[in-house]
Amino acid sequence: MTTDALLQIEDLRVAFPGHGLRRKMHEVLHGVSLSVASGEVLGLVGESGSGKTTIGRAVLGLVKPTGGTIKFCGEDITHVTPGHRRKLAKDIQVVFQDPYSSLNPALTIGDILTEPLMVQGATRTDARQRVRGLLDQVELPADASERLPREFSGGQRQRIAIARALAPEPKLIICDEPVSALDLSTQATVLRLLLEIQQRTGVASLFISHDLAVVRYVSHRVAVIYKGDIVETGPAGIVTSSPEHPYTQSLLLAAPVADPVQQKTRRIERLRLAAERKAVGPAHAL
Amino acid sequence: MSTEVALLETDKTETAVRRSALQRLLKDPQAVITIAFLLLVLAVGLLAPLIAQHGPNESSLNAVNAEMGTPGYLLGGDQSGRDIFARLLYSIQTAAVSAAIGTGVACAVGLTFGLVGGYFGGRVRTVIEWIFNLIMTFPGLLLLIVLMPLTKGDFRITMLIFGVLLAPSIYRIVRNVTAGVRNELYVDAAKVSGLSTLRILGRHVMPVVRGPVIISGAFLMGAAINLQSGLAFLGVGSTEVPSFGAMIATGFLNLYVHPLQFLWPALLLGASTASLVLLGNALRDALEGARPKPAKLGSTKVRRPKAPVKPGDATSLLNVTDLTMEYPNPAGEPKQVLKGVSLELRAGETLGLVGESGSGKTQTAFSVLGVLPPEAVITSGSVLLDGRELLDLREKELRQIRGKDIAYIPQEPMSNLDPSFTIGYQLVEGIRTSAGMSKAAAKERALELMERVGIPNTRRTFDLYPHQISGGMAQRVLIAGAVASRPRVLIADEPTTALDVTIQAEILDLLRDLQQEMGMAILLVTHNFGVVADLCDRIAVMRHGVVVEEGDVMQVFHQPQHPYTQKLLNSILDETQLREDPETLVVTGKEQQ
Repeated sequence: MTTDALLQIEDLRVAFPGHGLRRKMHEVLHGVSLSVASGEVLGLVGESGSGKTTIGRAVLGLVKPTGGTIKFCGEDITHVTPGHRRKLAKDIQVVFQDPYSSLNPALTIGDILTEPLMVQGATRTDARQRVRGLLDQVELPADASERLPREFSGGQRQRIAIARALAPEPKLIICDEPVSALDLSTQATVLRLLLEIQQRTGVASLFISHDLAVVRYVSHRVAVIYKGDIVETGPAGIVTSSPEHPYTQSLLLAAPVADPVQQKTRRIERLRLAAERKAVGPAHAL
Repeated sequence: MSTEVALLETDKTETAVRRSALQRLLKDPQAVITIAFLLLVLAVGLLAPLIAQHGPNESSLNAVNAEMGTPGYLLGGDQSGRDIFARLLYSIQTAAVSAAIGTGVACAVGLTFGLVGGYFGGRVRTVIEWIFNLIMTFPGLLLLIVLMPLTKGDFRITMLIFGVLLAPSIYRIVRNVTAGVRNELYVDAAKVSGLSTLRILGRHVMPVVRGPVIISGAFLMGAAINLQSGLAFLGVGSTEVPSFGAMIATGFLNLYVHPLQFLWPALLLGASTASLVLLGNALRDALEGARPKPAKLGSTKVRRPKAPVKPGDATSLLNVTDLTMEYPNPAGEPKQVLKGVSLELRAGETLGLVGESGSGKTQTAFSVLGVLPPEAVITSGSVLLDGRELLDLREKELRQIRGKDIAYIPQEPMSNLDPSFTIGYQLVEGIRTSAGMSKAAAKERALELMERVGIPNTRRTFDLYPHQISGGMAQRVLIAGAVASRPRVLIADEPTTALDVTIQAEILDLLRDLQQEMGMAILLVTHNFGVVADLCDRIAVMRHGVVVEEGDVMQVFHQPQHPYTQKLLNSILDETQLREDPETLVVTGKEQQ
């Protein structure tokens, strides 16, 4: 890709220590390369255990890579000092999957939202002022700041988490399954909000999800990860509708369509493909 | 958005219920009485120089063993002619200083190392852990006596050492709580926000740790006062320092002559430490909330007028009519969860029960199964299986129906398998209970079923424990168990929600095949319209405990009648809908591809 990518991940490897007496390292990412241009949304699709969340956590500095490089704005941030990492907080933010445990239950919404601003050196009054604007941006009433997280529904909490990520006006937001814990109708409104904010502010995003439809809705480009390897990357329209890699194909056909007629054809197609692959032999499957 | 705003409105009432721990504490008579007593004792102790007419060590020959009420000697004199009342007051000071030093040191040391050990882990924690384990092995009282030459009898230095000896109990609490909080996502979010470790500890960890530390602090104060008195009673330490222990020791010598000399310090010491323990308990209730009462699982409570079943009512295999069910809310008032739910499941068909969280879809399924929690009360309605009223059955009769006529597949396959038994054992148990087979026959049947639901290597898998298989495999095991008795109704509660889409597709295929093979009816509870489109013949849409629309799958998907169904269907992301960017906003990054 281009050299002026905002986020450039090259040959990223992450391994976790195994269990038991003989602690063998268990590698979850086997040399992943990705890039996100400024203003771009890169969708990252994979199933559980594929390592998609680990990529996000490595960028955020929450897990230590065992190999490869992560560059942000051309600067190597793979292994930075805690002090430097805190400076990066202004530019790289996160929205986690679980809106219940990602907000401290003991702090008011106002405190949660001012936290990243105060770290950046804002005064209390300035921060309070900004919180008003942030709540407005995520379509929550201004009096929300006096209340505790438990007084809000899942969708509203996720809006708060989005507001927190937006607070320092970052260049990149890692969205780790931001809507998968939400109900269908809430999911749609939160997703629309995310897209709208992204379009208005032009913030780049690494959008991690297991759901092709969600990724299709928000991404410019899509990367598919399978068991710690990127198997396919390309424009969202192509990867999510006529993918090349067999894994992406089976992922696409496995997702049920909310229409009995279309779903029937899709099911037949999926079973046909599965039978074909079986006939060719297990060596070629995936 | 409108529903979200509505939710916000209803939540406002909860704000009023919100009370601080302090307010809760002041409502508890146990706390109020003990706090008042302790404050009173402390105040009297601090004002001792003003109240008492004599110094604690001032002795007068006239006052030797003086009676109670002797002028200037309210509680009389002891055998050395010292004012018992004055000594009692000054002893409070000693006790208070002991409690403050002992608890203060224990909390400071335990808290500091607990936070460090809990937050950092690794080698740091191992070293700290080792040191605190070592401290715990010291015999406290003995050590303090042995160290007398070093402390030179100063009770303050003794309490300092005792504080260190008490520290492990605080350390353990703090370390455990901190290690738990460290893994919370909000701590990760704080790290990403750029908070320093110190600020994370102060802002996110301390508030969680504070409660448990305050509670054990109250208990430790009692322990410190007791220990100081104990040492003084044994005669360890300076004889100049008035203390409950020294007074009790003196009183002991006169026990048969003047028993009251012994009584006063013993009473005050007892009342103070008892108050501290009771206060600790009250603090626990206020800070951690009263423990939920354990409840017995039993059959569902039914409080409804018995409606005679008219012949011809039951046209289908399973008929749910006008089912109303309520739970008591925290204030104890009943809150309706199901408001007249009616459903009908015909033999051999699949009915999708769709709704968002809180719609009552799972509660409906649980009502049919008769496995509602004990607080739930069914207030009206009927559940007919083949014309037989299930709500009137006793638990024993229901048990015969469950697993045999009605089977169940849960949402979380892993938590529905017992981790301490092998898969094979659990399957065989289920089959034997429902079919009454011999062990060998049941094993054969289990292996056959495992083969049928697509578990590879059945003989090997038979002996595996649940944690050794994947979620998809676990769900297959549960399906095998559910269909073992060839049930007529299978209730599947979000059977694929916890699974990946590729596994979901396989499980749905399996359910479809099994249904065709066995001719059972499936009640599929789900929030996923894709799953409904794949498997169901008919669909019922629920919201707020009401079925808003029911009908044929084709009809509901293509011509939804109720606005809520329309809204839900519109919320589904279209298969062909790509990201749309307004022309002016097209980002440069996209063009570079």
